[in-house]
Amino acid sequence: MTQFFQQIINGLSLGSIYALIALGYTMVYGILKLINFAHGEVFMVGAYTGLYAAGALGIDAYEASGRAFPLYLALAVLVAAMAAAALLGVLIEFLAYRPVRTAPRLTPLITAIGVSLFLQNAGMLVFSPNPQRYPAILREVRFELFGVIVTNIKLTIFGVALALMFGLHLLVQKTWTGRAMRALSFNIDAAKLMGIDTNRVIRSTFAIGSALAAAGGILFGLDQITINPLMGVLTGLKAFVAAVLGGIGSIPGAVVGGLLIGLAEQLTAGYLSPAYRDAITFVILIAILLLKPEGLLGVVRVEKV
Amino acid sequence: MRALIRAATIAGVLLVIYLLQLGFESSLNDYVQRIVLLSGINIILAVGLNLINGTTGQFSIGHAGFMAVGAYGAAYLGAKLAPPLHSLLGPGALANGVIFNIALLMGGLFAGISGLIVGMPSLRLRGDYLAVVTLGFGEIIRILFNNASFLGAATGYFGDDPSGLPAYTNFFWVFAWVTAIVVLIHNLTFSQTGRSLIAIREDEIAAEAMATPTTRLKVTAFAISAATAGIAGGLFAHMQAGVRPEDFRFEKSIDMIVMIIVGGLGSISGAILGGIFLAVSLELMRDLQQYRLVLYALLLIVIMIVRPQGLLGSRELHHFLRRRPKSGTVGGA
Amino acid sequence: MSLLELRRVEKIFGGLRAVHDVSLVVERGTIFGLIGPNGAGKTTLFNVITGVYTPESGAILLSGKDIAGLRPAAIAALGVARTFQNIRIFRAMTVEENVMVAGHHLHTASIVDAMLRSRRYAADEHALSKRARELLEILGLAELAAELAGSLPYGSQRRLEIARALMLSPQLLLLDEPAAGMNSQEARTLNDQIRFLRDQLGLTVVLVEHNMAVVMNVCEKIHVVDHGETIAEGTPAEIKVHPKVLAAYLGEEPEEAAS
Repeated sequence: MTQFFQQIINGLSLGSIYALIALGYTMVYGILKLINFAHGEVFMVGAYTGLYAAGALGIDAYEASGRAFPLYLALAVLVAAMAAAALLGVLIEFLAYRPVRTAPRLTPLITAIGVSLFLQNAGMLVFSPNPQRYPAILREVRFELFGVIVTNIKLTIFGVALALMFGLHLLVQKTWTGRAMRALSFNIDAAKLMGIDTNRVIRSTFAIGSALAAAGGILFGLDQITINPLMGVLTGLKAFVAAVLGGIGSIPGAVVGGLLIGLAEQLTAGYLSPAYRDAITFVILIAILLLKPEGLLGVVRVEKV
Repeated sequence: MRALIRAATIAGVLLVIYLLQLGFESSLNDYVQRIVLLSGINIILAVGLNLINGTTGQFSIGHAGFMAVGAYGAAYLGAKLAPPLHSLLGPGALANGVIFNIALLMGGLFAGISGLIVGMPSLRLRGDYLAVVTLGFGEIIRILFNNASFLGAATGYFGDDPSGLPAYTNFFWVFAWVTAIVVLIHNLTFSQTGRSLIAIREDEIAAEAMATPTTRLKVTAFAISAATAGIAGGLFAHMQAGVRPEDFRFEKSIDMIVMIIVGGLGSISGAILGGIFLAVSLELMRDLQQYRLVLYALLLIVIMIVRPQGLLGSRELHHFLRRRPKSGTVGGA
Repeated sequence: MSLLELRRVEKIFGGLRAVHDVSLVVERGTIFGLIGPNGAGKTTLFNVITGVYTPESGAILLSGKDIAGLRPAAIAALGVARTFQNIRIFRAMTVEENVMVAGHHLHTASIVDAMLRSRRYAADEHALSKRARELLEILGLAELAAELAGSLPYGSQRRLEIARALMLSPQLLLLDEPAAGMNSQEARTLNDQIRFLRDQLGLTVVLVEHNMAVVMNVCEKIHVVDHGETIAEGTPAEIKVHPKVLAAYLGEEPEEAAS
C-alpha cells in the first residue's frame, strides 16, 4: 500500500512539472492553432540557464563547504531562468513563427519542427551532449510520512507549480492581457478588429508559457539530478500529450492532463515495467485522439462548411 | 503484342541498369559508390513519402517506423530463406537474387500492413494531430524493436551468419527497384486515383461531395507509402552488417521530410532531387557531423519562410521544359 | 413517389437550433427554391441533406429511402450532387481534371490497373475524358479545359462547379447560391441553364438563392425559412405577397430585389 502512495506522490510531482510545460503548449495552440514543437527545447534551455545562473552565483562554493544555497539566491536563479526563457520564446515567435503565420497549416508545422531540431542540436553543441549534474539549488531533505518517502524537493515542486498556476489563473481572469488572450483564442480576427494589438498579446503568451516551462526545467533538474540537451524532446512530447489529454486550448485541462500523465507514467513504471514508462504516454496519446480528440475538458469545435 | 512490347521494354531497362552497374563498380571508389546507393534508397523513401504527404496532403512524420519494419522483415526472412533456397538453387547469384527479392517484397508487405494498422485510425485526424499521432506510432514501433529479444533488441539483428547480414544490396538491385517504384508511383499519381488524392488534398469536403471514397484512398496511399519505405528499409539493411533500432529514430523521419520539402511537396521529380540532395549532403557533411542536424534544421526553417514550395513546388521537372506549365494529371496514353 | 422529402428535420449546434422541425417535399423533375434571410439555415439544410451534418432527429428520404446519417460520399453515389456557397473547386488541377475527378462511377479500373497502365485503365481514362468534355461543352467551358481551375474568372468557376456536379450523373442537383456575384445578364443565362438541366437532362434541382430575379423566374415551388424554421411555402406568385416572407426580409419587397 505504501508503494502505491509512493508512486502517487512521485507521479503528482512529475505531473506538476508536465503541467507547467503543458500550459505553454495549450496557450499557444489556443491562440495560433500551432503546435509549438520548440517548447520542449525552451524547457531545456530554462533548465540549463538555471544551472549556469547557479554557477555564476557561486553555488560550487556552497556545495563544497556543505552549506545550503541561500533561498534568495535560489529565487534569483528561478527568476533568471524564467526571464531568459521568456526572451527565447518571444525571439522564436518573432523570427520563425510570425513570418509564416498566414501560410497554410503545414508550413508553420514544419517550421516548428525545424526550430525544435535546431535548438536541440545547437544545445548539444553549446552545452555539450553529455548529461550534466544539476546543482543543489535546493539541498535535499528527506522525511518519512506513514512509510512514504517525501523530500522537500517534491514539496517545492508542488508549491512552486501551484503558485505559478495560481498566478497564471489570476493573470488570465483578472488582467487585461489575460482577457485579451482569451479573446484571441476564441476568434483572432475579431480580436484584431476590436483594436487589440494581437502581436503584443501573442508575444506575451509565448513569454508566459516559456517562463513557466523554464520553472519546470529547474524543478525537473532538481528532481532528476542530471540534465542533457535532449531532455526537452521526450518530456516536451509528454507535456504535449498532457495538453491534448486535458483538452488543448484549455488551461485547467493542461493542469489535469499533466497530473494524469505523471501519475500514469509512475504507476506504469512501478507496476508494469520501467521499460514502458515512455510508451504509456504514446498509448494515451493515440487513445485520446481516437476516442475523444477534444480532450477531457475540451470543447468540440464544428467547422463551418 | 502489347504485352510483348512491355516485356521487351522491361528487359531493355534492366539491361541498361546492369551495364551501368558494371561501369559503376569498376570506375567509382567505395566512398562514392556508397553515396550513389544511398541516393537510390533515399529516392525510394522520398517518392513514397511524397505520395501521402505531398500528393494527398496528409502529413506523416513517423515513417522511419515503416522503414524499420521493412528492414527487420527483410533481414529476418532473408536469413531464414537462405538455407532452403541455397540447397534448392545452389550458392550463386540466382539464389541470392531470389532470396533478396522475396525478402524485400515480404518486408514491403509487412511495412504496408503496419501502414494499414497505423493509418486506419490515424487518418481520421486533422493536420497537426495526424502528424503527432504518426510520430507516436513511429516511436512505438522503434521501442518494440528495441525490446524484441528475438531480433537482437537494442544490439540489433545480424542474421544467422556470424559475419552479419549478406551484402545483397548492389547498384543493380537498388536502381531496378528505384525504376520500378518511380514508374509505379508516377503512374498512380497521374491517374484517376492520383487525381482523387490531389482532390483530397485540395478540398476534402468537396472531394467527398463528389463521391470520392476519401478514407479508403487516404489509407491506401498511406499503406503504399509505408510499403515503399519498407522496401527501402530492406535495401538499406543489406548494405549494413546488421539492423539496429537506432537507425530508425525520429531523425530518420526528419531526413525523409527534408528530402520532400527541399524538392517540393507533391512533386515526384522534386522527391528524386531531394533524395539525392540528402545523400550527397550527408556525405559532404561527414566531417561536420555534429553540425549536420543544426544545418538541416536551419534549412527547413529558411525554406519555410523564404520558399515553402521547395525547388519544384508540386509540379514536375518536365513542366518547366515545356512552354506553359500545367499540372497535367490526365494519364492514359 | 417524391424524389426528396424532409420530415421534421432538426439540427442543433451546441446551443443553437440551426434547423428546427423543417419538412418539405421535392417532386421529381421540378425546380424547387429554398430562400430566407442570411443565417436562416439554408446551407445547413443542404449540408444535412448531403451528409456533411447528421440531423439530431427527422428523416431525409431520397426516393423513399432514409439517407440521414449516411456519409457524404455515399449520398453522392446515390445521385445527390451539389455546389457550394463559397466555391470549392480544386484549384491546383485543370478544369477538365476537376470534372474527371467526380467520375468514380465511370471508373472501373483498379489502382493496380492504373499503376500498370493496363488496357482497362486506358479505356477508363478515355471514357472519363470524353464525358468530362461533353459536360464542359454544355456549360460553355470547353475552351478552358486545360486551364488551371484556380485561374478562372469567378463566373466560370461557378459553372465549373456545376459541370463537376453533373459528372456524378445525379438525379438531384443542389445549387447553393449559383447566382452570387452575377449581373442581370448572367443571371438570365443562368435561368436558361437551370431550365436546360431540368428539361434536357431530366434533373431535379433545388436552389438556395438570394437573387429574386432567378428564384421567382425559374422555381416552380418555393420554401421559405427563417431562423431555422419554415415560415412559408408556395408558388412564386404566392410567396411574393406572403406577409410572413415580407416581414422576414424586413419589409424589403421581393419585387424590389428582383429589379
